[in-house]
Amino acid sequence: MTKVCTTALVILMAGPAQSDDRRSGFEFMGPTTQSMQTDDMANPGMLAVLAGERLWNEPAGLSEQSCQTCHGDPEGEMRGVAARYPAFDEVAGTAVDISGRVNLCRTRHQRADPLPHENADLLALVTLIGLQSRGLPIQPDPDPRLTEWRARGEAYYETRVGQLNLSCAQCHDENAGGHLGGAPIPEAHPTGYPIYRLEWQAMGSLQRRLRGCFTGVRSEPWPYGSDGYIALEAYLMQRAAGMTMETPAVRP
Amino acid sequence: MTLTRRSTFALGLGLPLMLVTRPLFASPETMGAAIATFTAGATPAEGRVSLDIPLLVENGNSVPMTVEVDSPMTANDHVTEIAVFNERNPLPDIVRFRPSPALGLARFQVRIRLGDTQKITAIARMSDGSLWSAAMTVIVTAPACIES
Amino acid sequence: MADVLVNIPESAAPGEIIEIKLLISHPMETGFRPLADGTLQPRDIITSVRCLYGGETVLEVDLHPAISANPFLAFHLRVDRSDEIVLEWTDWYGEVQREVRQIEVV
Repeated sequence: MTKVCTTALVILMAGPAQSDDRRSGFEFMGPTTQSMQTDDMANPGMLAVLAGERLWNEPAGLSEQSCQTCHGDPEGEMRGVAARYPAFDEVAGTAVDISGRVNLCRTRHQRADPLPHENADLLALVTLIGLQSRGLPIQPDPDPRLTEWRARGEAYYETRVGQLNLSCAQCHDENAGGHLGGAPIPEAHPTGYPIYRLEWQAMGSLQRRLRGCFTGVRSEPWPYGSDGYIALEAYLMQRAAGMTMETPAVRP
Repeated sequence: MTLTRRSTFALGLGLPLMLVTRPLFASPETMGAAIATFTAGATPAEGRVSLDIPLLVENGNSVPMTVEVDSPMTANDHVTEIAVFNERNPLPDIVRFRPSPALGLARFQVRIRLGDTQKITAIARMSDGSLWSAAMTVIVTAPACIES
Repeated sequence: MADVLVNIPESAAPGEIIEIKLLISHPMETGFRPLADGTLQPRDIITSVRCLYGGETVLEVDLHPAISANPFLAFHLRVDRSDEIVLEWTDWYGEVQREVRQIEVV
C-alpha cells in the first residue's frame, strides 16, 4: 500500500513535462543559470513582471482605460491565457500571439497606438500575462482555424533555409542534446517566453529568438510581426503541448 | 539526416568571428597595475578568500560570482575592503565591497561580465592591514546563434 | 525611477544573520558598445550601492562596467534590534534612488 502511494506521488510530482522524453531548455542549462530562473528574487524577468503590474493599471489611449478596467486583476482572467496562445482573432481574420493581442486591445479598446515589437512596455505586459500561466501545462487552442497555421509552421520548421542550408528540425530534432560550439542544442520548446536571455541582457519575445535562429543559419530574418512567425509559434506551442509553462524563463 | 561536417564547421567558424567584435583592452599587466594600486605594492598572502564562479560559463554577459572572506567580523577583527579584478575586460576593476563588522558575515554575490576566458583575482584587506587573495581561471563559452 | 526588487525578511531573531537581496532594473551600459554609426553608446552605470541599518552605513559597494545589466547584489547582515534598513544607489549622473524597509527583531 505504502509503495503504491509513493509511486503515485512520484508520478504526480514529476508533472507533465517529464511524462515523455521532451525536455525544456531549462534542463540544458547549468545549475547557476537554473537557480537564476527559479529564485523570483534573483530572476531578472521578475523586473519585467513588476513593470507589467504597473502598466496593467495605467490608463492608456483616448479611452483612458487600463487593462485592469476591463480584465480586473491579472491573476483572474489571464490565468492560462499564455498557455493556449496563439489564438484566432475573428475580426482581424488572422492568428495572433499575445503581443498581437495586447496591441489589438490597445487599438480597439483603449484607442492607443500599438506598441512596437520588442518594446519594453509590451514585453512587460506580455511577461505579466505569461506569469499567470507559470506551472500550467501548455494547452493549444482547439480552434480548427488554427490547424492551417500550425501546418504552415510545421512546413517552415522542416524547410532548409540560409547559406548554411539548415532547417529548424535539423538542429532541434535531429541534433538536440548535441553541442554547437560550446553550447548545448536544446529541443526548441517555447515554454518560458518572454525570456530573459543573458545574451540579450534583456527580455525578448519568441519572435526575437526565432530571428536569432535565422541569423544563425545565415538567412535573412522575416520582419517582426510576419505571419510566418505566428505560424511557427502556433506549431511550436502545439509541439510542446502538455509541457509546463515557465514564464519568465532565463536562458543563456 | 544529420548536420554535415561542412555545415557544422561553417557554424563553428562563425562564432569566433562574431566574438572578436567585443572590445578587449585590458591585459594581465593592467590588472597587475590595478592590484598594485589597491595593495600599495604589497603582495597579498594566498588564503582566507574564496571565490565561487562556475568554471564553465554559459554566457559571459551574466556570470554569478560569490566572494567570501573567512573573518569573525568583530570590531577588532574584520574585513575592511574586498576588490575583485579581471585581466581581459576593457577595465581591470569589477567590484569593491567595503563592509562594516555589523554584517556578521563577509559573503557577497553579484553577477559579472566576462569578455573572454580569463583569470579573476579577489583581494581582501583586513582590519589589521593584512592582505589575502584568491584567484581562479574562468572559461567563457560562446553562445550559439547570437544576433549580429 | 527604476523598477527594483528588494528582499529583506520582515522579522528575525536577535543576533540572526539575515540575507538581503537587491535586483535593480538598469542597462549598465559599459561605454564600450559600438553603435551603427561607429560611435560608442555613452556609459550609464550604477556606480555605487550603500546599505544603512538604523542610519549607520554597514556596506558600501563600488560597481564598475563589468557588473551585468540589471545588477544583482546579495549580502548578509547581523540584526540585533528592530530598525530601518535602507538600500541606496547612485547612478552615473549622480541620481540617487533608495528603498526603505523595516525589520522587526523579536
